[in-house]
Amino acid sequence: MENIRLVEIKEEILSDNRNLAREIRENLRVNRVFMLNLMSSPGAGKTSLILHTIRALKKECRIGVIEGDIDSMVDSEKVAKEGVPAVQIRTGGACHLDAPMIDKALQKTDLKNLDFLIIENVGNLVCPAEFDTGATKRAVILSVPEGDDKPLKYPLMFTICDTLVVNKIDYLNLSDFDMKALKARVLKLNPNIRIFEVSCRTGEGIPAWTQWLRAEIEASKK
Amino acid sequence: MHELPVTESILRIVLRHAEEARAVKVIRVSLRIGELSDVVDEWVQRYFDYLSRNTIAEGAVLRIERSPVVFRCPACAKDFPFDVKRIEDVTCPDCGGNSVEFVSGREFYVKNIEVL
Repeated sequence: MENIRLVEIKEEILSDNRNLAREIRENLRVNRVFMLNLMSSPGAGKTSLILHTIRALKKECRIGVIEGDIDSMVDSEKVAKEGVPAVQIRTGGACHLDAPMIDKALQKTDLKNLDFLIIENVGNLVCPAEFDTGATKRAVILSVPEGDDKPLKYPLMFTICDTLVVNKIDYLNLSDFDMKALKARVLKLNPNIRIFEVSCRTGEGIPAWTQWLRAEIEASKK
Repeated sequence: MHELPVTESILRIVLRHAEEARAVKVIRVSLRIGELSDVVDEWVQRYFDYLSRNTIAEGAVLRIERSPVVFRCPACAKDFPFDVKRIEDVTCPDCGGNSVEFVSGREFYVKNIEVL
């Protein structure tokens, strides 16, 4: 038998992505732009929350949106209608956005003329959790009809996010969704996560969410 | 679903280190992946077999070691493993306290390779 050698490596599998994500974050910091990576399952309300956010904040700051979609332009058209610049990334089947895709989108974005950039990630609670996009902060939306057990099924997503938005709270009366159990589960995985309860349909809870964003945008200016 | 980009990244790391070690063939690749990761082992091997064709890593066997999700009970100063996907309520096995903290379970790295 020939000599088999053991080569110790201990290198992060996604280190290339992580390093580029760090560069992106630094670039945003220099340009004083707050970038939010917004994630959720399909249909949880990412586009609706983005539209609410734009309407609430567009008079006080300059907003841009990076739309990740597997193969359509529907969401970016809705955003563009609000008078906000949108860059569409068609992932062509890929189930998440990663740092190289965001880097490319940022090259088409004028960071000097922006305060707040929102990434609408691909609808999926699994893969986007694994890839750092370089965003300043991460938020996940969980909608009431999806159920309060999602942190058990997709724990990684809930450990990497800074904020959880529980959407469609206007459905609470019609469901057995247990908000207390949900919060207990999420806070165990991630004790520092902020939780907002909103309804994009009625507008309930949206002001608290936009107030948090306002503070983050302000903090990025310093 | 994200096994393809993950495997591309694994192969890049493996080939770089194998070349630095002046290896002629990679026999085995050991990975350390936390239980919080949803990567499917079988697909990583399949993609690896496909992507590594005509490289010195062709035919290498991947060995994936899973590290458990670990919580800590600050009251007992003790770490304990936990299956987050099965049991709902995380409590300390010693004191039954439920103010536990998440410690680890997100490992995601290439540990070592065996080469000729």
